Amino acid sequence: MRKTFDKSASPMTEPVLSVRNLRVEFASRRGTLRAIDDVSFDIAKGEVLGVVGESGAGKSVTGLAVIGLIDPPGRIAGGEIHLAGLRIDNLPQEEMRRIRGKRIGMIFQDPLTSLNPLYRVGDQIIETIRTHLNLSETAARRRAIDLLAEVGIPAPEKRIDGYPHEFSGGMRQRVVIALAICAEPELIIADEPTTALDVSVQAQIISLIKRLGRDHGTAVMLVTHDMGVIAETSDRVAVMYAGRVAEIGPVQDVVRNPLHPYAKGLMGAIPTLAGDDKRLVQIPGSMPRLSAIPRGCSFNPRCAFAFDRCRVDRPEPLPRGTQSVACHLYDNVPTESAA
Amino acid sequence: MLAFTLRRAVQAIGVMFAVGIIAFSMFRFAGDPVNQIVSIDTPAAEREAVRKSLGLDDPVPVQFVRYFGDAAQFKFGVSYQFRQPVSALLMERMPATLELAICATVFAMVLGILMGVYSALRRDTVLAKLFQAVSLIGISLPTFLIGILLIYLFAVTLGWLPSFGRGDVVKLGWWTTGLLTLSGLKALIMPSITLGLFQMTLIMRLVRAEMLEVLRTDYIRFARARGLTTRAIHFGHALKNTLIPVITVAGLQFGSVIAFSIITETVFQWPGMGLLFVQAVQNVDIPIMAAYLLMVSLIFVTINLVVDILYTVVDPRLRATVGRAT
Repeated sequence: MRKTFDKSASPMTEPVLSVRNLRVEFASRRGTLRAIDDVSFDIAKGEVLGVVGESGAGKSVTGLAVIGLIDPPGRIAGGEIHLAGLRIDNLPQEEMRRIRGKRIGMIFQDPLTSLNPLYRVGDQIIETIRTHLNLSETAARRRAIDLLAEVGIPAPEKRIDGYPHEFSGGMRQRVVIALAICAEPELIIADEPTTALDVSVQAQIISLIKRLGRDHGTAVMLVTHDMGVIAETSDRVAVMYAGRVAEIGPVQDVVRNPLHPYAKGLMGAIPTLAGDDKRLVQIPGSMPRLSAIPRGCSFNPRCAFAFDRCRVDRPEPLPRGTQSVACHLYDNVPTESAA
Repeated sequence: MLAFTLRRAVQAIGVMFAVGIIAFSMFRFAGDPVNQIVSIDTPAAEREAVRKSLGLDDPVPVQFVRYFGDAAQFKFGVSYQFRQPVSALLMERMPATLELAICATVFAMVLGILMGVYSALRRDTVLAKLFQAVSLIGISLPTFLIGILLIYLFAVTLGWLPSFGRGDVVKLGWWTTGLLTLSGLKALIMPSITLGLFQMTLIMRLVRAEMLEVLRTDYIRFARARGLTTRAIHFGHALKNTLIPVITVAGLQFGSVIAFSIITETVFQWPGMGLLFVQAVQNVDIPIMAAYLLMVSLIFVTINLVVDILYTVVDPRLRATVGRAT
């Protein structure tokens, strides 16, 4: 992992987002819970990184940590986050606020509740534009209409004066996307952008996000638990489990040839249209709670390949081909085997 | 929108009709009104003459229709104790009560909203906790006790403020106001605080709870993710959403402020409708009591109507559903 970091540090190929050994902790009555543990990844310009995993794997928290919206009792307890070379995890609140919305846009899961019901859609867009860009009211309005047109809202010059409740779910998500990109951010974090939508609308929203990322060269961090969405949109995918990255790599490699037993289980759970009536693979058990993460590899109680070392040693991410995987099965370095 | 308003207006008339029946029945149940008017040694023939002149010998339905027709024109008969038309008496006292109620409500709204917003945004500060403690006192202490304590402190001990009355008033047409003289303003302070304290604490607690609720919503989180300034988020996005329930409560409370100014007016000998009502109760002056009942319910019903309409102005979602429903 160290090596990849050094490589990407050269200014030419500097990633838009670089997360290094991120650790997020929540103080609770039962002690400190570690929601994110030692997570590292990069996203390059114009690249879509899919972040996938079960509920509670830490996908959303990672996104919130990047945009600096982890609320107490949570806090970033370690690691670094760099946005185009600038370290942003320790910025003062006011400076981080200027980055939010301007350099990092965020799309939340539920478009029905993401917009303030009492303000016109246009006013919310114009407010955001004028917070970040030095534009007059009329110029901002013109830009807002252009944005609505760009995200595919018909008759934007009329709809701009509508209230959120006058839009359907899919249309509202388009407005949310327009809000997220209104200051041309370098990075968009989309936190389950399609989960709350109808299947037919999901595809439209996903292709919209993909198109916007491509057209503007925006890096996208797409958080979802839907492997289908990942396979369709992402360039690379990070599989998260219990607050850690189990495997990360180019999407076709990870989907066709998953290395980590957990990733294998996930990919095996994708139904195909080919019609082979094999039973879908099921991963036995469920993800541990944050307060009861097992020693060693956190996946070991559910893993069919677990051996003694998995119950003692925590596997570190190791490069393997184009992928990087945190699993002792791929650890070439021979150790004094306990078995 | 018009249909909605009309429908609400019809409902309001229905409520007023029901109250009218109750007000009218007071005359029947509180003894023979003629006995209240004449002296003990009045001969029976004279009593009958009085009864006839007041129309009390007509059948009940006729009397009811007449009473209702008169009440609709703000004629409430003649006061037994003052021998004056009740409407004139009420009109004379109304400015005092309304002025007091408005001052108390403004005091309650302004301070209540400010304190509520502050204690929601700065939840853990000493001042916020102090507000919470004070509001508990405000809610649990009875009005008359607060009034008496204030009089003891500021009128008796310190001698800064007058302990009773309205001070000097200025006549503006039929309206009398104490707002234009120094003594009138001074006289307003303590009654306003006494009357408004309960509403203030109520509004403060409501604003605090609502604000905390709103700050947890997704659209506030999304507003933060868009990098809006804290100021815009708190005072633009959050406060506006907070104020919807506050409008209702403050509006409905204005009705009770007027209705329950009786106690405050008695404590401070404030020459308003409440004091008139208390005197009427002591003297079994039924026309005044009935008229007061009708007046207060008219105010309540009107405020309800206004609040409903205001709602649709603030909340665009209601505008749409109302439009669709009618």
